[in-house]
Amino acid sequence: MVYLVEKAKTFGGLDVHAVPINKFKTTTIAIRFKAPLTRENVTKRALLSYALKSATAKSPSTQQLEKRLDDLYGASLSSGLAKKGNEHVLSLLMTVANERFLSDSAPLLKKVLELLAEVVFQPFAKDGAFDAATVEKEKRSLKQRISSIYDDKMSYANQRLIDEMCKQEVYHLHTYGYAEEVDQISPELLYDTYQDMIHRDKVDLYVVGQVDPETVFTEVKAVFPFSGRRAMTEERRQTVSNPESVHVVEEHQAVKQGKLNMGFRTSIVRGDPLYDAYQVFNGLFGVFPHSKLFMNVREKASLAYYASSSYESYKGLMVVMSGIETDNYEKTVNIIKEQLKEMQSGNFSDAELNQTKALIKNAILEGLDSPYSIIDILYQEVLTGVKESVEDKLKRIDKVTRDEIIKAAKQTVLDTIYFLRNEAA
Amino acid sequence: MEKLRFSELDEKMIYHRLSNGLSVYVLPKNFNKTYVTFTTKYGSIDNRFRTPDKNEWVQVPDGIAHFLEHKMFEMPDGSDVFQQFGRQGAQANAFTSFNRTAYLFSTTDQVEKNLQTLLDFVQTPAWTDKSVEKEKGIIGQEIRMYDDNPDWRVYYGLIRNMYRNHPIRIDIAGTVESISDITKELLYDCYTTFYHPSNMLLFITGPVDPDRILKLVEENQNRKGFKEKKPIERHDPDEPEKVAKKTSVIKMDVSLPKCLIGFKEKSPYRSGEKLMKHELSVSLLLELIFGRGTENYRILTDEHLIDESFSFDYSEEWSFGFSMIGGNTADPERLIERLKKMIDDFKNCPLDMEAFDRARKKQIGGVLRAFNSLEYIANQFTRYRLNQMDLFNLIPAFESLTGSDLKAALEDHFNEDRFTSFSVLKK
Repeated sequence: MVYLVEKAKTFGGLDVHAVPINKFKTTTIAIRFKAPLTRENVTKRALLSYALKSATAKSPSTQQLEKRLDDLYGASLSSGLAKKGNEHVLSLLMTVANERFLSDSAPLLKKVLELLAEVVFQPFAKDGAFDAATVEKEKRSLKQRISSIYDDKMSYANQRLIDEMCKQEVYHLHTYGYAEEVDQISPELLYDTYQDMIHRDKVDLYVVGQVDPETVFTEVKAVFPFSGRRAMTEERRQTVSNPESVHVVEEHQAVKQGKLNMGFRTSIVRGDPLYDAYQVFNGLFGVFPHSKLFMNVREKASLAYYASSSYESYKGLMVVMSGIETDNYEKTVNIIKEQLKEMQSGNFSDAELNQTKALIKNAILEGLDSPYSIIDILYQEVLTGVKESVEDKLKRIDKVTRDEIIKAAKQTVLDTIYFLRNEAA
Repeated sequence: MEKLRFSELDEKMIYHRLSNGLSVYVLPKNFNKTYVTFTTKYGSIDNRFRTPDKNEWVQVPDGIAHFLEHKMFEMPDGSDVFQQFGRQGAQANAFTSFNRTAYLFSTTDQVEKNLQTLLDFVQTPAWTDKSVEKEKGIIGQEIRMYDDNPDWRVYYGLIRNMYRNHPIRIDIAGTVESISDITKELLYDCYTTFYHPSNMLLFITGPVDPDRILKLVEENQNRKGFKEKKPIERHDPDEPEKVAKKTSVIKMDVSLPKCLIGFKEKSPYRSGEKLMKHELSVSLLLELIFGRGTENYRILTDEHLIDESFSFDYSEEWSFGFSMIGGNTADPERLIERLKKMIDDFKNCPLDMEAFDRARKKQIGGVLRAFNSLEYIANQFTRYRLNQMDLFNLIPAFESLTGSDLKAALEDHFNEDRFTSFSVLKK
């Protein structure tokens, strides 16, 4: 069975991917711009993502732009940023109703593609500078976005762990940049960043929905004139040696619950021989309700409501997170370390192993039921440079052996512990 | 068995009410996964009721419905049912709201086996004194996690400002103190009162054969021999129309202050088409007053009073209902003043029919987008059904709304006596 049909074509500097699929009631369109993550660029690109979705030359205010979207049966336009290993991805995302389900059935896809092209190629700018008032407004939005992370302690603790653990690496850079740098960006400088993005980034456009790929290609080609790209040399991996001792950082705030985040190095990234084994290891260690962390930290010791792990597969890190009483810090850290040892010694059953594989495969297949995750799945090819079908992904999970999981576990080395706790008594 | 057709949406579904009273809905969809919810009409507000066995009125500890949801996952042999779902390639979960508790799974494999597992575990209570005690540590941490969340604090703060007596005031998970009073026996009292099939709804959607599924469910239920049950008697709270408090403020260690305003619903005892018309009208009004395309939104942004976290929402269920407007703000006091003034001004202006039409289109597009998600369909269909409404009538209902429907809702809902605000300020 073929799970996912993708038709792709390249026009100048743009790779277009059309996914004809009939299970959705809307069409989803995403354009993604990928560039190396740098301290120099990250805040500027974050501001750019705000400025682009805010206004265009034709609709020079958010209000006017919103009205046009509303008229297209509530088409949505949003922007997003992501950090994938050492790369920064800026996305513009649109969704629009499939006119088949509307009483007034004017074709919407063409109009939405034109609007997206307008957002990309005709920003509200002139003479080499973005509109100053728009930039000011979006600076405020971005600064609020950056500071709001402090109010979400789970994300805050995770960000602080990475700050401490990856100080010397590009990966520590914050996806939305730095508040103190926002005000230094002039409308001219922002326009330079924009030009750089348009002319140099790797650009991919995805259209997912009940569409005819040939029509999509014709319509995209007419409105997205990207010139050819200069090939960029990409340094995907930054080699870092394992730590000699564990770095422990404690921070005090007025919190009721302590947030424990532990960062491990794995030296395994996507494309490595042990990558699939690492996914299975991670699932068994801390993702699913039968995982070592859920069973031992939560169910057996009742120390936490959540205790889980996540694998940063573009960077090769594994992070454990849990919310606990401050007094239970040592107890919890010890259980987590013990459980990793259990995995390294192969103390897990075949039943647990098979259950993990079944749930990972289930998650891959369920991903195909959402237009957003379909785009994410296809975009992995752009990030890794490796094309792989869903069928092959499933097969590779099946093939993972117990020995490979033990190897993956043994490559997992604790680097940093970050603990956010209440103010000391 | 009833066949329901929604041709505009290209959907067909099957409904059957079993002899034990269970309502079963099957919606075939060509997705990879199957998503199933098994919901009881029982949530955090149902804290005073008459027990069927002892036939006496009881008041149970705050947070018990949610506690019961956690304990349902325990199996008679002491294991937890997550493991069985995992072996069968399914992810299971559950959630408790003000008036519902839902158990669910999703899977791309072994749908029928997993469906049996779902029905069986929810219909097999099996906790012990020891396991009840153990759960208190876990739920205690769940409560603490919410205590540190300023968005949650402002949301609940606003509800408590609105309601003086109604149990919606109670935190869904209860407090660390209130859950300490929960016992094995009390959990059974709640279970026997609210988990009878006649108080429950099963929704199945995915690549399934409805006839087979229905047969499977029917056989499963017939085996269990549920006896007919008297209707549940719940205590109706005595709640005044006016809000309990006009405004309040707390301080937390936050980077940005937060503020919500809202109106308490005057007579939240609607159902069916009346409820649908009222809630769509209020939602459209909020869009017309504060939507991203409005002049008000522009002014609030230019005055630095809102950011992208700004949102609004209306929700109504039997016995409670409210609107909520707000988000992060540099100046809560000023924001409250501005929002109030904007609502007053809107009331005094004639309705802009062009804007009305645009807002309606936007909402219809939003409904279609939401219909991409089986989770949304299952959870919302259930919510609509339990209020005698039909989710698949949303689009025609939007299309049939008139200017006078909106005007009626505007007068009815946005009333000064039922206005309140809540802010979280920087410490």
